[in-house]
Amino acid sequence: MKNTKPMRKLGRGLAIGAAALALAGTAAQARDLTVASFGGTFQDAQRELFFKPFAEQTGKPLLEESWDSGYGVLQAKVRAGQPNWDVVQVEAEELALGCADGIYEPLDWEKLGGQDSYIPGGASDCGAGHIVWSVAIGYDGNRITGEGPQGWADFWDTEKFPGKRAMRKTVKYALEAALMADGVEPAEVYDVLATPEGVDRAFAKLDELKPDLIWWEAGAQPLSMLQTGDVVMSSVYNGRITGLNRSEGTNLKVVWPQSMYAVDSWVILAGAENAEAGMDFIAFTQSPERLSRIPEFVAYGLPVIAAAEMVPDELAVDLPTHPANLEVAIPLDVDFWTDNSEELTERFNAWIAQ
Amino acid sequence: MNRLSRPRAFLLMSPLLLFLGLFFVWPLVSVIWQAVSDPAISRVLPRTAAEIGGWGGEGVPSDEVQAAFREDIVANTDDMAMGDVTRRLNSSQSGFRSLMGKTVREVRETPDIALIEIDDRWGETAFWKAIQDNASPYTDAFLLSALDLQRAGSGEIEAMPAGSSANRTIILRTLWISAIVTLCCLLIGLPYAMIAASVTGWKRAVMIAAVLLPLWTSLLVRTAAWMIILQESGIINQVLMGIGIISDPLVLIYNRAGVVIAMTHVLLPFMVLPIYSVLLTVPGNLMSAAASLGAHPVRAFLRVLLPLSLRGMISGMLLVFMSSIGYYITPALVGGASDQMISSVIAFYATQSANWSMAAALGLILLVLTLLLYALYNRLSRDPVPTR
Amino acid sequence: MNAGSPPATAQGTRTQCTGGLVADDFISFSKVTKDFGSLRVVEDLELDIAQGEFVSLLGPSGSGKTTLLMMLAGFETVTGGEIRLDGQRINDLPTYKRDMGVVFQNYALFPHMTAAKNVAFPLEMRGTPRAEVADRVARALEMVKLGPFAGRLPIQLSGGQQQRVALARALVFEPRVVLMDEPLGALDKQLREQMQLDIRELHHRLGLTIIFVTHDQDEALTMSDRIAVFNQGQIQQCAPPRHVYDSPANRFVAEFIGETNLLAGKVRAIDGRAITFALPDGSICRARGVPGLAPGAEALLSLRPERIGIGAADAAIDGPNIARGEIADIIYQGDHLRVVIDSSVGRLVAQLGRKDAEWTPGAKVAVSFDEADGWVIAP
Repeated sequence: MKNTKPMRKLGRGLAIGAAALALAGTAAQARDLTVASFGGTFQDAQRELFFKPFAEQTGKPLLEESWDSGYGVLQAKVRAGQPNWDVVQVEAEELALGCADGIYEPLDWEKLGGQDSYIPGGASDCGAGHIVWSVAIGYDGNRITGEGPQGWADFWDTEKFPGKRAMRKTVKYALEAALMADGVEPAEVYDVLATPEGVDRAFAKLDELKPDLIWWEAGAQPLSMLQTGDVVMSSVYNGRITGLNRSEGTNLKVVWPQSMYAVDSWVILAGAENAEAGMDFIAFTQSPERLSRIPEFVAYGLPVIAAAEMVPDELAVDLPTHPANLEVAIPLDVDFWTDNSEELTERFNAWIAQ
Repeated sequence: MNRLSRPRAFLLMSPLLLFLGLFFVWPLVSVIWQAVSDPAISRVLPRTAAEIGGWGGEGVPSDEVQAAFREDIVANTDDMAMGDVTRRLNSSQSGFRSLMGKTVREVRETPDIALIEIDDRWGETAFWKAIQDNASPYTDAFLLSALDLQRAGSGEIEAMPAGSSANRTIILRTLWISAIVTLCCLLIGLPYAMIAASVTGWKRAVMIAAVLLPLWTSLLVRTAAWMIILQESGIINQVLMGIGIISDPLVLIYNRAGVVIAMTHVLLPFMVLPIYSVLLTVPGNLMSAAASLGAHPVRAFLRVLLPLSLRGMISGMLLVFMSSIGYYITPALVGGASDQMISSVIAFYATQSANWSMAAALGLILLVLTLLLYALYNRLSRDPVPTR
Repeated sequence: MNAGSPPATAQGTRTQCTGGLVADDFISFSKVTKDFGSLRVVEDLELDIAQGEFVSLLGPSGSGKTTLLMMLAGFETVTGGEIRLDGQRINDLPTYKRDMGVVFQNYALFPHMTAAKNVAFPLEMRGTPRAEVADRVARALEMVKLGPFAGRLPIQLSGGQQQRVALARALVFEPRVVLMDEPLGALDKQLREQMQLDIRELHHRLGLTIIFVTHDQDEALTMSDRIAVFNQGQIQQCAPPRHVYDSPANRFVAEFIGETNLLAGKVRAIDGRAITFALPDGSICRARGVPGLAPGAEALLSLRPERIGIGAADAAIDGPNIARGEIADIIYQGDHLRVVIDSSVGRLVAQLGRKDAEWTPGAKVAVSFDEADGWVIAP
């Protein structure tokens, strides 16, 4: 620990995990505005579109960090007092949990043009929706040359598409996919999942595919698995697929039917030193002109309605928010997961360990 | 040392003591404390905690309890503390998250609203039971749950229903993988260290550098390198298929074999270095002496060199085993679903669900396991006692 | 001590050290050479050793004596030549088949085994029945007076005790030859002298063939039947201690063994064993000397300090083997006195016993020596 802030402020959370300790570690004395995003090519795009121009406009440096999401990380930071990040890009679940726990500053919606300028679910008291991204089936169009999979039922069909499959190693997305593969209507997935029988049904369906499943944890993993042929198809983040196709000329395909989308939002951590500058930063990024340029870099949808309308058609077709794609997809049910994530994760870990 | 200089000596020692206290004792105590303390409910909902003790656990609690609950909600001003309560209750009973959010909002608006009107779930015994179960500021629930145990309604300890938690399986698997990795490290590390200790000059320098070099690169980089080497179209498979030993690629990644290979490589230095350093202290001419006394090189090795390297072997095995137990990144990247080790579960509780108590309880169990091993090590590495 | 063999001598640079005590040599080195890379540490060496003989290899460090022992034990390969043991060529015989007991300077005891286990080791390697092992180990430890220490680990024993264990271990299996590599070098003086006597006694009692490497001339003189003096990879002289001391083969041996006064001069005449020697001041003396000297040759006269007599200068004695001088310094050394004399033939060091007459520095004296005590060597 380089800094010498008083012990009481270190907080009890620090003692628990070295991970938390390392992450919560270094707060500078008078810190510049610090923004944390999820890294990778998207953060590269954010740097060009938002970080650099904002620093130029304000004349003050902007520090950027990247993180891998996880509510515990944010909670530990805020609890320790004086969090060392100001603005953080969070996933929907972290937004809901943290908003209820009060670890985020309420946003000044007047600066952001009101919550009505966002798509439903894109705006809340604590968070301003930044991008919309999907978890979908992806495959290599050079390996499956005929008609590709059309949904999760095909994902489960190992006779039609022989080979291993990969899925994100979280209970979230896995259960929804299993139920859809088992014939549940996309619109009814969460209703079914809310019952114990529905959960059993989802796990039973996962059992069927288990021998052919590989699990991934980092978003880049499924891309290389698909390219090397280690798997025939995988659940993927849509933005990564389009990005790779553009940068390396691969022919990876996204299967939009039965994909699941969610919104990532900007939040300001409670007690953040640069909360006000953070608010300005968020307003800066969310202006439709600037936000609408994201799809040029990464194929993410835009929760600001005016921004989405500005995206040229040739780019819009690859976005989760394109009407044709949105129509066949389902939104991730954040409320369901905030209630059930822990219990189902335990069960999922137990199931996966068998 | 004379009496007068004692305080001064103590003063000189104090930075060390402070260091030990701050970075060793305090975190440890805090982990233990975190694993058994459960203050959220009793602190934020003191009236409820006091009242609900009298409830028999049938139906729903009396109006007094419910009134106390509403009072507590109104009285609380710390959202973050209420967040702890919610998280804690949701841990015991899924659904509390949304229920509490709704309830807090409504009760603040209308303090005397009947809870059942806010949500039907307040009519369910299970939700009230969760509050009662967690009302005490101390609990063994986390430690029990870390071992897939729970308290039944009547209070005795019982196994959790099958399929709801797999900590025990994962802990056993962690130990098993660690044991295999330790064995592999020993099988490779022992001859390596012996050769390194027996050669001199640049050969020794190269051999030691080859061991040390991986230590200077990041774990992530080394693991990523193994991913490239082991994958289906990776170097190993290309070579083996190229020279015609196999016709179909071997599955070396996303399974146990990959984990063992990658971890063995990463941990090998911790086996080689202790054995090597012990061997350096062995006089060089012991093997000559054994030969002159009529020992065939193989027997000389078994009777002299092997027993003398035993201490290094035990140190190395302990180091490798203990490091293996805590491994997280390597199994996550090159392992399959059934190769995940206990650290990934701890990380889930700490960084994802912010359930610090559960993370602490699992950590504590790891710590106890490690201490047991250390005790074993102490026994094994003690100097042999003369037979008189 | 054995007498009868003529003093071996240096002839040119090659020294033959052959013809031991008995006709059939037990160990023989012939034309043995050892190179370490481009460095030749032993060159064309000849040495024969008889069964039951105690031979010391004496020389400064780096003279090749230890290398020779290592080759005999099989720890080092032989670059050229041949080593025979009991008639059998052993150049390529692995160490563990050579049946030689080796005692190392650092003892080389197995630190994880008790004294008894260490001693039992060679017997176990030979498959000796268990009951016999116990019996022989007990006897071997008794022999080196370590019976009560059988159960101790090496670290619990003193240096001398450790060396006794090493000795017992090297002897217990009744090896054909016992090799000792400066075994007493790490012990203090008193212990060393005690061990010297003990080893000597064991040698006599058991009839062992012992090859003993040392750089300590007293040790070599005390213990050996014969001493092979090494320098620069070659044997300078190989002879019984008395010969090596009294009749050194060359200047190196004369200076390396004991102390001596060397006076340069010329050989005047040779009459059988008697040599007439002319000193630079013109005085003439009579002495013995190495064979092969010729009249008129430049030579050195070696005078051992304890063989020089000192008398009053005014004594009206004159003749050969007498020079006059003045005492420059007297050094008290406990059991003797060292007297430094500036004489007409140069500075001389003499050694006087406590019973000899007292002198003071500055006294005028006459020094003398017996004809048999002067020894002439090639320069």
